[in-house]
Amino acid sequence: MEGTSSVGVFMRITRMALQYRQRLFFGLVSIFLASGFQLAIPILIGSAVDAAQSLEGAETVISNGSVSSAVDSIKGVFGEGSNPAKTALIIIAVLLFVASVGRGVSAMFQNYVGESVGQSIGYELRMLYYEKLQRLSFSYHAGVHTGDLITRGILDVEGVRMFVQTALLRTVFLVVLIGTGMYLMLSEDLTLGLISLSFVPFVAWRATAARLKLRSNWYALQERLSALTKVMDENLGGITVVRAFQSQEHEMKKFDITSNETLALANVQVGIRASNISMMGLAFMLAMAAVLWVGGLQVIEGTMRPGELVQFLAFMSILLQPVRQIGMMVNGYARGSASGGRLFAVLDIDPEIKDKPGAKDLNITSGTLEFHNVSFGYEGEHTLNGISFKAEPGHTVGIVGPPGSGKSTIAHLVPRFYDPIEGHITIDGQDLRDITLDSLRKAVGIVEQDTFLFMASVEHNVAYGDPWAPDDRVELASKYAQLGDYIERLPGGYDTMVGERGVSLSGGQRQRLSIARSILLKPQLIVFDDSTAAIDAATEQRIRAALTDLTKDRATIIISHRLSSLMHADEILFIEAGKIVERGTHEELLTQGGHYNDLYELQIRRSEDSSRSSDDGGAS
Amino acid sequence: MATRSTHERSHEIPPKASIKLGPTVDEEVFGDAYNGQMVRRFIKYVAVYKVLLWVAIAAVLVFTVSSIAIPLIIKSVFDDAINTGSISRSKLSTMVIIFLAAVGFNFVANYLQELIVGRVAERILIDMRRAMYEHIQRLSLSFMDKTEIGKLMSRLQGDVAALQEFLQTAVFAIGDLVLLIGIIGAMVWLDWRLGLMTLTVLPTLFIVRIIWMPYARRSFLRARVTSSIVSGALAENINGIRAVQGLSREHVNYDLFDIRAKDNLKAANRAAKFGVMMLPIVDTLTGAAMAIIVIAGGFFVLGGTITVGVMVAFVLFVQRFFDPIRALTMHYNVLQRAMASGERIFEVIDVPVEIADKPNALDPEEIDGSIKFENVTFGYLPDQPILKNINFEVKPGETVALVGPTGSGKTSTTALVHRFYDIWEGSVKVGGHDVRDMTQASLGRHVSMVLQEPFLFSGTIFENIIYAKDDATREDVIEAAQAVGAHEFIMKLPEGYETLLQQRGGNLSLGQRQLISFARAIVADAKILVLDEATASIDSYTEMLIQQALARLMEGRTGMVIAHRLATIRGADRIIVLQDGEIVEMGNHNELMALGGLYARLYSMNYASFDDIPDELIQQAMQDSQGSST
Repeated sequence: MEGTSSVGVFMRITRMALQYRQRLFFGLVSIFLASGFQLAIPILIGSAVDAAQSLEGAETVISNGSVSSAVDSIKGVFGEGSNPAKTALIIIAVLLFVASVGRGVSAMFQNYVGESVGQSIGYELRMLYYEKLQRLSFSYHAGVHTGDLITRGILDVEGVRMFVQTALLRTVFLVVLIGTGMYLMLSEDLTLGLISLSFVPFVAWRATAARLKLRSNWYALQERLSALTKVMDENLGGITVVRAFQSQEHEMKKFDITSNETLALANVQVGIRASNISMMGLAFMLAMAAVLWVGGLQVIEGTMRPGELVQFLAFMSILLQPVRQIGMMVNGYARGSASGGRLFAVLDIDPEIKDKPGAKDLNITSGTLEFHNVSFGYEGEHTLNGISFKAEPGHTVGIVGPPGSGKSTIAHLVPRFYDPIEGHITIDGQDLRDITLDSLRKAVGIVEQDTFLFMASVEHNVAYGDPWAPDDRVELASKYAQLGDYIERLPGGYDTMVGERGVSLSGGQRQRLSIARSILLKPQLIVFDDSTAAIDAATEQRIRAALTDLTKDRATIIISHRLSSLMHADEILFIEAGKIVERGTHEELLTQGGHYNDLYELQIRRSEDSSRSSDDGGAS
Repeated sequence: MATRSTHERSHEIPPKASIKLGPTVDEEVFGDAYNGQMVRRFIKYVAVYKVLLWVAIAAVLVFTVSSIAIPLIIKSVFDDAINTGSISRSKLSTMVIIFLAAVGFNFVANYLQELIVGRVAERILIDMRRAMYEHIQRLSLSFMDKTEIGKLMSRLQGDVAALQEFLQTAVFAIGDLVLLIGIIGAMVWLDWRLGLMTLTVLPTLFIVRIIWMPYARRSFLRARVTSSIVSGALAENINGIRAVQGLSREHVNYDLFDIRAKDNLKAANRAAKFGVMMLPIVDTLTGAAMAIIVIAGGFFVLGGTITVGVMVAFVLFVQRFFDPIRALTMHYNVLQRAMASGERIFEVIDVPVEIADKPNALDPEEIDGSIKFENVTFGYLPDQPILKNINFEVKPGETVALVGPTGSGKTSTTALVHRFYDIWEGSVKVGGHDVRDMTQASLGRHVSMVLQEPFLFSGTIFENIIYAKDDATREDVIEAAQAVGAHEFIMKLPEGYETLLQQRGGNLSLGQRQLISFARAIVADAKILVLDEATASIDSYTEMLIQQALARLMEGRTGMVIAHRLATIRGADRIIVLQDGEIVEMGNHNELMALGGLYARLYSMNYASFDDIPDELIQQAMQDSQGSST
């Protein structure tokens, strides 16, 4: 797959960065200026030492040719003054100051460009990722851990951003700086140059190797830390159980095992860092010692001026930091490649369920849903087989069956969360695959068993499907769902915050909110997928009564394992192992004496049984 | 009226969609930079590693001294060894050897300081986390009820990490301070005039940094906050993707997300600007310092008042000058964060342990399984009693069902048997002993508990069943599973008993989780069983299994059940009806029906479970029964 190999990833990221041509150009200019100024500084310092050593009255000898001519030309402009050496010093000092300021300003721009481009790319990736996730189908989301998706969206975007910021531009900077620096030193004096640069390969290598080792160790550490988090989180969540079974010792042991693992990994980190930093420092100092020795000898023999030696020392000092940064950069590449790869893997997925080209909006004529011999399944195993039924406006279809029979799958096929493998589904004769998803999902309301509460007010949660809905519609939907009274009794009313940090709702209340959410949109077709499991029978009755107005012109499908929820349906389908095994009205099914009847015995009869007053008083 | 689609296409923000909301930055309150008392307590944890830390500090000092010595040695090289006035190879070699010695010390000291400080910091981190965690294990449930798990986790992780960061930076801060003093001292010692002149740039840097700090910090904080909001919005959308897709909310959410992302982009760019601002400032000041050295130092060298070596040394010093200052200002930040974190950590450790074992508490091998509540009054909040003068007795082997409307005190009663809370008046006796006289461990052995929402840990099914009893055998586990009817479905799973449970047992259905928690209780084999029946409707097939399992669970044990299912209630040896914290009726099913009171009324309403009865009807029944009893 293009774009997921390391090189491919870098190419893609670089292409993204190249969009910001103007900024990059500016950054490049800054890089050259910064390098130039930076490298001028050691030379100027060396020249200052030369000038300071001029013998009284003698010609100031500045070893570096360019500085020498620069000084001379400036002297030409301003005059030599009483003491040529002092004038030279002043000129050099001013040049030094200018070079420093120049370096600072260019470095500032260079860094800012890097950060700015990085942030822009981060923003772009974030939006692309968000958009892609919205479009990916149910089966994708069901198969992927939400934590993983979240990590990619946050940490991996960050990884690419950091890469652009610290590695992309900086590569150019380091190549220019170190390359030019090396050239200058080597051309000044080959032997001494080589000796002074001897630390470079070692430091570059160590910095890189250490970083990469640290990274892999870091991942292992993160993994153990999240395991530790899990242990602690579970313990705190199940504190009643821990307390009940008095298993504190057991829990501490669990904690200690993982905790010690993290300690071991953390110690490895410390060790790597400690040896790395000290060894890099050592290599540098040893090179410096060599330079002092060899250079010193040359100065003694008179083949080199002290200023030149100072120049070398100053160069070395200037290059140490950038060479160490090579390590940081290589790490940036490694992380960027891994993060980019993971991000692009998601971004490149073609969603399974999407509008086909030329899809039209759904045209409702009456609102009839029909399943035509529909089959569905994963990897060869069919969870639904040959399902056919029709739901007409004003009618209710009930679907019941044992757990795992495929009831919920039917619910998910209607709004096209999945596509059938065989057969087709139509609304008013239009195949679901031929119409736009948007129009389909606005026309079909599915009320699920688990209600996701967004961190927002009750009002915003109920109005989630239509956030432009006026207040009275929201209130009406809530009332129909038998939630209105409860909301009004809350301290903040409709503005009360719910969700993780807000008021927590009971299972029944959540389901009622879900119902309110769906009916707010007045969908043409409503599917209740086991959505009243936590609501007591009486309230369920009231909801149904309140919805009669709504349901009399619309098709309703009720999926439940509780017969009391769907006994009133115009047609009931009993599903077992993905097939419709019985169908008919409640009375017809009872007379058939099959699965439905058995279930009926189990549910209704049992409660009648236990409510029959008896003299036995024995256990059921 | 414009339809939703027209609104969407114009990208306006809908009135009923939230923008301002999002996770807040986790309590990053910047408090005092120094809290003496907290530091003293923290030092106690540090003091454990006293010896190591002294070694580390010694290493830091050696490192600093050798770092300062190096430019001075170089100065000597220039002055004494290569000065054209005194040609001396042997002098040069001597100096280089001294240089190498200094480098050697520097290297070893550098290694030791990094290693020791790093490792000690990690150990202290673990020690503090463990101390907090262990303390939490002993805290009463009333504390846990009031505290958000998220808050505790943030203390256990984030706050401890902040303290660790502080410790590491503290030691290096000492190093940086000493280095700074050393450099200043060396420069002044070499030549006090040149030294003082060069040092004039220092205060300027300090002042600039201090002015810059608050603005910079604010911008960094804002960047962090906006980033956190974006992450939160992304996470929420991912977690709620089914609702988003089902309700066709993709467009609106995208627009909302875009606003937040753009906000973050702006804030990040602004923070970047503040971040890079210091670069030219530091370089300008370095340039100024170097210019001073070149001019003043150069003039002095020409005048013969100082040697060229001194000038070289100054140049080398200046290049290392600004690092400690930059570092020290960063340390200040870390210090503040750490103080706040430290306070929060000690807050947890300081929570008093309310329920503790008495000295010489009893730890009986066996008990007879009786329960006795004598004049028990209790409540969670002062002045709000939940149980008022409750009196009842449960004989060994009896099964008692507690019924009553929500809030009548059923859950509290069961919690008290376990001594989860201490009562206000009266006594709770288990096996004839007051629970306050027994050790909590023995109470835990003799009383086992099955909760409404079965809590399972991640781990294998086997590990979960033997949770209460480490030494249970495989036979015990299988026997227990068969007894509750769980064995069949467990064996149908691909890995049977070794199946790994997802978080909180997510890969099993509610009914299956219940059965496993029953098996766990059977293995625990306690004489007394407290059970809170689940209310959410489970599919009828599993419900039957659960009913049977329940009966099996109760065999030979004393059972106290908060019952919801009529079958369970009817089958109990005795039913205790609670209302408003008082026992209003007590007896077996037949006796209570004959009584014709609250129980009889509720029962004859013919609901499958008392919980299905709507509030109004319960109110009505309560009023009626009160009316008829007067």
